[in-house]
Amino acid sequence: MPTIEFGGKTIEVDEEGYLQNLDDWTPELASYMAEQDGQELTQEHWDIINFLRDYYNKYQIAPMIKILVKEIKKNMGPEKGNTKYLYQLFPDGPAKQACRYAGLPKPTGCV
Amino acid sequence: MAKGAKTPKPEELSKIDYSPPKTRWMETPVEFKPGTFCYGARPKYLEEVDFPNPREWASADEDWKLPENWKEIVLEGMKDRLGKYRSFQLFMDICVRCGACADKCHFYIGSGDPKNMPVLRAELMRSVYRKYFTSGGKLLGKYAGARELTYEVFKEWWYYYYQCTECRRCSVFCPYGIDQAEITIMGRELFNLLGCNTDWIAGPVANCYHKGNHLGLEPHTIQSNIEMMCDDIEEITGIRIEPSFNRKGAEILFVTPSGDLFGLPGVYTCMGYLMLFHELGLDYTWSTYASEGGNFGFFTSNEMAKRLHYKIYAEAKRLGVKYIIGGECGHMWRLIHQYLDTWHGPADFMEVPRSPITGTVFENAKATKMVHVTEFTADLIRHGKLKLDPSRNDHLKITFHDSCNTSRGMGIFEEPRYIIQNVVNHFYEMPEDTIREKTFCCGSGSGLNAGENMELRMRGGFPRANAVRHVHEKYGVNMLANICAIDRAALPTLMQYWVPEVDVCGVHELVGNALVMTGETERTMDLRLEPLPGKEDTEEEDE
Repeated sequence: MPTIEFGGKTIEVDEEGYLQNLDDWTPELASYMAEQDGQELTQEHWDIINFLRDYYNKYQIAPMIKILVKEIKKNMGPEKGNTKYLYQLFPDGPAKQACRYAGLPKPTGCV
Repeated sequence: MAKGAKTPKPEELSKIDYSPPKTRWMETPVEFKPGTFCYGARPKYLEEVDFPNPREWASADEDWKLPENWKEIVLEGMKDRLGKYRSFQLFMDICVRCGACADKCHFYIGSGDPKNMPVLRAELMRSVYRKYFTSGGKLLGKYAGARELTYEVFKEWWYYYYQCTECRRCSVFCPYGIDQAEITIMGRELFNLLGCNTDWIAGPVANCYHKGNHLGLEPHTIQSNIEMMCDDIEEITGIRIEPSFNRKGAEILFVTPSGDLFGLPGVYTCMGYLMLFHELGLDYTWSTYASEGGNFGFFTSNEMAKRLHYKIYAEAKRLGVKYIIGGECGHMWRLIHQYLDTWHGPADFMEVPRSPITGTVFENAKATKMVHVTEFTADLIRHGKLKLDPSRNDHLKITFHDSCNTSRGMGIFEEPRYIIQNVVNHFYEMPEDTIREKTFCCGSGSGLNAGENMELRMRGGFPRANAVRHVHEKYGVNMLANICAIDRAALPTLMQYWVPEVDVCGVHELVGNALVMTGETERTMDLRLEPLPGKEDTEEEDE
């Protein structure tokens, strides 16, 4: 089982770096994961990460991308309410990269 | 570890080496190439469905942490299955190695690895069968094409039986009709006796067992996703649709793969169903319990498939519906069509499906009581019950990919084509040898649509993509329609890689675009909220 050493703790992740135990998540860990990818988390990133976490708490799964785009459009205006904006923030794709920083598991099945 | 396996660029990947290795196949050891296999199943997923040997392991590891008596378990498992499944016994015995199948497998075409020739993929197991279950093999060993079951051999099986999508194209060309899928299915059953599943399959199985669908969508999530689709439909048509959930006494239960409730472009297909059923005033309900048409259990063992499958029927019984309509899914239909009746007997508590709109009785669904949505819709169009404006799809030049399971598994060829030809103006077929019963697999079926095996997927999907490229170059095709959720999940990646000019959609997305609904406002957008042809300017003026 791959692990991340952070804050004096050994944190279990899967082969692609997603947290195994969602309770291990802290904002500091998210920043650290991003740092490891050479990325700094700005307020724009945090808005999305926080939305993902709130959504997950309510629905037990990451939101579908349409819902995410809609939410951003509502809160940040139409010029940011598109997938292009999301990919600018998270080059590996919002579903993968943003969910990983947010401590959410990766969806599986016919997706 | 497979992490960081970079998928080679198309230019590199298309240089396929078809020269066989210098050593004979039994002497050529299996090599786990990063990018061509999946992660091993996490213990929690196996525990959740009581599968044996849950443990932390990685498929690239030397030690798979198998129980000490693993060999006995496999051989006992083989013996049991040879007695139980006549197809398996037959296919172990009858191959004459004529080679007709050799170049028919998409994985062989895309990889050049001889062990991906169906004849040799089957031989991997037949050789062991001979050694332990035939007198010739017991006596003459290698001279009779027999070999011992070793740890290496077991890993070789695993590697190659997760490089087969159970698509059954080879069986179409085999003069005996030997079906490699049946052998792969048995191989995977044996792996599961030792807990050697893939994570991408085991996860959905556990989810489906607990929550009713592969993605693990909770009831309120399903409802919220569908309501969000209804918001979009309202924006596009001005019509508010209010579908019902878990409604007792509805005439029809509708079940689709959960990919349609979550992923793109499946969601657009789902919007198409919603619009059609609303327009018809169909007395139907969604279920948040039987919320999965697909069945990844089928990729682990028949028993597991059976366990997962029946929820659809249990829910139909609970709700008291007359029959079921099933959405655009692939392996769901192979199971309904070819397994259900054997597993559970005819679903006699329901009625033979009869379209409330046209009066057509679906005699073909007499035993299963489940109608494919393309059968249902094609029948509506045939009877002139839908008002359609195909020009709303004029920005699309369509070709149709026959999904392996609906084509070879149940013979649905005409219905989707008939629908497409009525809802679009530009439809072009791919070459004859790549469609209908000879269709090429998407390369990601049977649970191989993970991320870590991307090179394998792009190789396996190469023949399909090649045929798409052909119609793209010849006719300008820019949309690949299909009736399978794995296709909708897997083909966009395949297209992006090999033919980036072509996008992917379900057939009912095209129906939703063309459907003229009672009381709708003038359409300016398609189901993707993109401006319709000729309406680009209106959009801007409005703003």
